[in-house]
Amino acid sequence: MRLLEYQAKELFGEFGIRVPPGKASTNIDEARDIAEELGYPFVIKFQAPVGGRGKAGGIQVCKNADEFEVRYPEVMNMTIKGEQARAILLESMADIQKELYLSIFLNRSKRCQTVIASSEGGVEIESVKNQIIYEIGLGEVSPETAARVAQKMGLEGSVASDFVDMLLKLVDLSVVKETELAEINPLAILKDNTLMALDGKVITDDNANFRHPELHMYRAESEIEERAEKSGFSLVELDGNIAVVGNGAGLVMSTLDMLSDSGGKPACFLDVGGGATTESVYEALTLIGKMSNVAGILVNLYGGIVKTTTVASAFLKAYDDNLIDLPVFARLKGAESEKARSMLTGSKTSMFDTVEDAISAAVTEVS
Amino acid sequence: MSDLFGILKGRVDDKDYAKKGVIVQGITGAYGSLHTRNMISYGTNIVAGVTPGKGGQDFDGIPVYDTIKEAVDKTGASISVVFVPARYFRKAAIDALESGIKLLVAIPEHVPIRDTMEVVQLAEQKDAIMIGPNTPGVIIPEVLKVGIMPPTPFKAGNVAVISKSGTLLYEISDAVTSAGFGQCISIGIGGDPINGTRLVDAFEMVKDIPQLEGLVIVGEIGGDAEEVLAQHIIDQNYTKPAVAYIAGRAAPKEKRMGHAGAIVMGTYGSAESKVEMFNRANIPVAKRPAEVPILLASKMDEFGVK
Repeated sequence: MRLLEYQAKELFGEFGIRVPPGKASTNIDEARDIAEELGYPFVIKFQAPVGGRGKAGGIQVCKNADEFEVRYPEVMNMTIKGEQARAILLESMADIQKELYLSIFLNRSKRCQTVIASSEGGVEIESVKNQIIYEIGLGEVSPETAARVAQKMGLEGSVASDFVDMLLKLVDLSVVKETELAEINPLAILKDNTLMALDGKVITDDNANFRHPELHMYRAESEIEERAEKSGFSLVELDGNIAVVGNGAGLVMSTLDMLSDSGGKPACFLDVGGGATTESVYEALTLIGKMSNVAGILVNLYGGIVKTTTVASAFLKAYDDNLIDLPVFARLKGAESEKARSMLTGSKTSMFDTVEDAISAAVTEVS
Repeated sequence: MSDLFGILKGRVDDKDYAKKGVIVQGITGAYGSLHTRNMISYGTNIVAGVTPGKGGQDFDGIPVYDTIKEAVDKTGASISVVFVPARYFRKAAIDALESGIKLLVAIPEHVPIRDTMEVVQLAEQKDAIMIGPNTPGVIIPEVLKVGIMPPTPFKAGNVAVISKSGTLLYEISDAVTSAGFGQCISIGIGGDPINGTRLVDAFEMVKDIPQLEGLVIVGEIGGDAEEVLAQHIIDQNYTKPAVAYIAGRAAPKEKRMGHAGAIVMGTYGSAESKVEMFNRANIPVAKRPAEVPILLASKMDEFGVK
């Protein structure tokens, strides 16, 4: 789960990592109260799980109430990289002397957490050349190691000891909340030589959600994605008009790639999963029926554990119940596919021997 | 540590050659029992099952024990396949490794990353192999399978397929089989961010199989396992025909595509980066699964493999 900036900062606060005074709002009335508490000037920050908000104009300074009244609605109504604002964070300004970078990052190939730090903060970490990297196993960092990182960053005196403190707290957060990424960027040295986390990005392990009921309030799936998860399949909503349904994440991704290569526009990624039942596939079709942009369904199944007949039954039931009235282009292979094909003969499903044929028919007929 | 083939099949003069005993953890559950029967009918020698609280019972004539330790002590088996729910995986896996299991095939999906990392550390200490979690398992076609894959895509032969994805392992093995190439082994490494056996480990396990004539690598977006493998192949100057396929070129950034590990974060995990690295390693990357056997055939021609 990727937390929004203000949520990451709530966690930072909980772990004693210093952040600017501020509060998130979802409407201007709420924001006016916060503005009064904070006092001018302050910044307003667009809250959505995307990078590059500053460049897109999603971070604005408000020097007085007039500016606030104009800029708040402007930022609230922005769309950045396809995302609308989930909230607007109001935050006091900081007197910045220098910007650093600090994160705890899961290195998948080395199978360990790593500390990544740099004295060049405030930019995308990929573009930073002088990265200091320490492998820390499951998250074991001694004060001595932390001090070495501070030293390599060229930090001295109270700034160095504050940095060590902040690094240890960030590791603590990463271990306790089970993160894939816990990032402070920029980590600012203020003019008074104290440290403050000016922006935060935290991604937690979804598979550990059951151990973290306290994080549930941060979940931000759409109603459709939430229902999908409950039924045991995964669904990602996309912008196009052809719903892509299959079994297995790899197979569905592959179908999405081939559809895009042929000029088709996927409306969603829907993996019915290894434990699919007629009921869960029926629920999947119900959700597709709710998506207004869908004009056709592309089905690519390789039956193994999940029998293709299970999926065929769900389609037949969906037709009977008038749940879907869309052209369906299907390629069924593997377990019980002969039977599944005969079940679907005479229905609104067109069947194809190869996924390539199914895709070209879908692209031609759905436009 | 990387003698997977040896652990699975044994040596030709072993009494139990190609019939090594396998223990099923979670044998009486719906999934465990279904796949135990499927594995037996494929030829796998299932010697015991484990379900806490059901020790002393039997499942289709296979003895069930309360603990993996008892099962290992009674049977001497060193292979286990785990079907327990994700949140109980950590304990089941640790118990297995502590009891002397040398090959642990971890089927469950949704195991927390931290649990997997702990088990990986223990497996390293014990000099054991873990495949998975979130894997379909491993199959030596027409000999045995330890996992949940359907039998139809696989045929005995001289190609090795290693894959992050389960269904793409079936789909691509099927395409390879239909084109006349069988497999000496197919390994699913799993779709999680952390894998007990990484792509590069799987490569090390199969690269020296004497009859190996070709290698198929099936990757997907997320992490840098493909890049690491491509670099490893370059460094080793590996000289057998290899082809690759990468799923997820059209996936949006920062979205988890079904697998916990299938996510592009910034540029980390992008399909472009993986394709570029395979190109650098002189490994052609198919645009679609059906293209894999075509590329493989032409690579084999190039290398003079008939």
